[in-house]
Amino acid sequence: MATEYKTIIRDGLWDNNGVLAMLLGMCPSMAMTTSATNGLGMGLATAVVMAASSLLVSAFRSRITQEVRIPVYILIVAAMVTMVDLCMNAWMHELYKVLGLFIALIVSNCLPLARLEAFAAKEPVLPSLTDGLFMGIGFTIALTCIGAVREISGSGTLFADASLLLGPAFKFMEMRLLPADTGMLMMVLPPGGFLVTGLLVVCKRMLDVRAGKAIQMGGAHSAA
Amino acid sequence: MKQQSMLTHGMILGAFCLGFGLLLAVTNSLTAQDIAARALEDRQNSLSQVIPDSIHDNNPVTDTVAMKDGQGNEITVYRATKNGNVTGVAYEIFGSGYGGKIKLMLGVDAQGKILGVRVLAHKETPGLGDKIEVKKGDWILRFTGLSLDNPLPDKWKVKKDGGQFDQFAGATITPRGVVRAIREGLDFFAANKAHMMDLNAPKAPMKEEH
Repeated sequence: MATEYKTIIRDGLWDNNGVLAMLLGMCPSMAMTTSATNGLGMGLATAVVMAASSLLVSAFRSRITQEVRIPVYILIVAAMVTMVDLCMNAWMHELYKVLGLFIALIVSNCLPLARLEAFAAKEPVLPSLTDGLFMGIGFTIALTCIGAVREISGSGTLFADASLLLGPAFKFMEMRLLPADTGMLMMVLPPGGFLVTGLLVVCKRMLDVRAGKAIQMGGAHSAA
Repeated sequence: MKQQSMLTHGMILGAFCLGFGLLLAVTNSLTAQDIAARALEDRQNSLSQVIPDSIHDNNPVTDTVAMKDGQGNEITVYRATKNGNVTGVAYEIFGSGYGGKIKLMLGVDAQGKILGVRVLAHKETPGLGDKIEVKKGDWILRFTGLSLDNPLPDKWKVKKDGGQFDQFAGATITPRGVVRAIREGLDFFAANKAHMMDLNAPKAPMKEEH
């Protein structure tokens, strides 16, 4: 049982990462990653929606018939997104002003829908919740990384305005790494999104290949 | 048989719609009040940047006149009054930038002098055109204190067009749009001053902004 959860968590965070392995949800991962803070905020909102909708779909999975499952999934995701949108507008207003426009886009993100269909529709409640949550966290990590690379190379800062997102206590995260006006503007524009996403996918593959080799060598060693 | 299963599917879908509809209705009623309060705070914040606190003893957010601007947009004019006299007004103006409409709030005193301008919303290029935001540069502050005859009308342009306002390196369209919007905003004030300052003008209904 414990190994099953371990696999689910590993899959979500790294092995089967929504952005870096499955290449799903490309629209928010490129549109919302002009800074690490934006990526983090968008990722966290998506993680909440994914965890909640995975939980609900799994709980109702015996009642949802094959024929109407897609509209029901979309309904559930849309309802969760609207609730997140309303709650953020009311109680996290500063963040909402930054992300508000993009929260609604979570509905059109195919990652939640893909996980509902591939996982939550078949598995019990707790593994589904874990899958939704960690897929969401994996998505957050990927978006934050893309955002960080784009922000450092494009604007020379890292986690600018993080205190708006996380509260004044996180002011220390806001860094300026390069002098103002030295960044490559292209990196915060749309082409930068494609470039950085592509580069990070390559990095992940290279790390995987290296890790794969190490495992093989370990196996050979123990066999010998 | 087939018909029955179709009915079942319909019922299932209907039941889910009903359930989640109710859930959303509850969420909406829980958050509606807070959301309205935040919207009001936002408006108060943007107004207090273009109408200094020292010139009014009323609340400009609630003292409003509904008007139509030169382009036919419905706008709300917020008024600052002190001791029963209108000391300034603020209203939204629209410029056309590189990435679409630029929405600004313009504050003007009773003599037609600019109290302040702030950008409310825009889609200009980050790093180039977004220097019109007060967060990214002090360019927009230079308009404070200017009026229709200071500088003279033919100088109300960016330098590239023979005027007196700096454009940004790599971005001329954005500041050109903003300068023009401000100038037109001042024209609008000059043409409608009487109505804007009329304390008996009908008040604009409070509207929800999204």
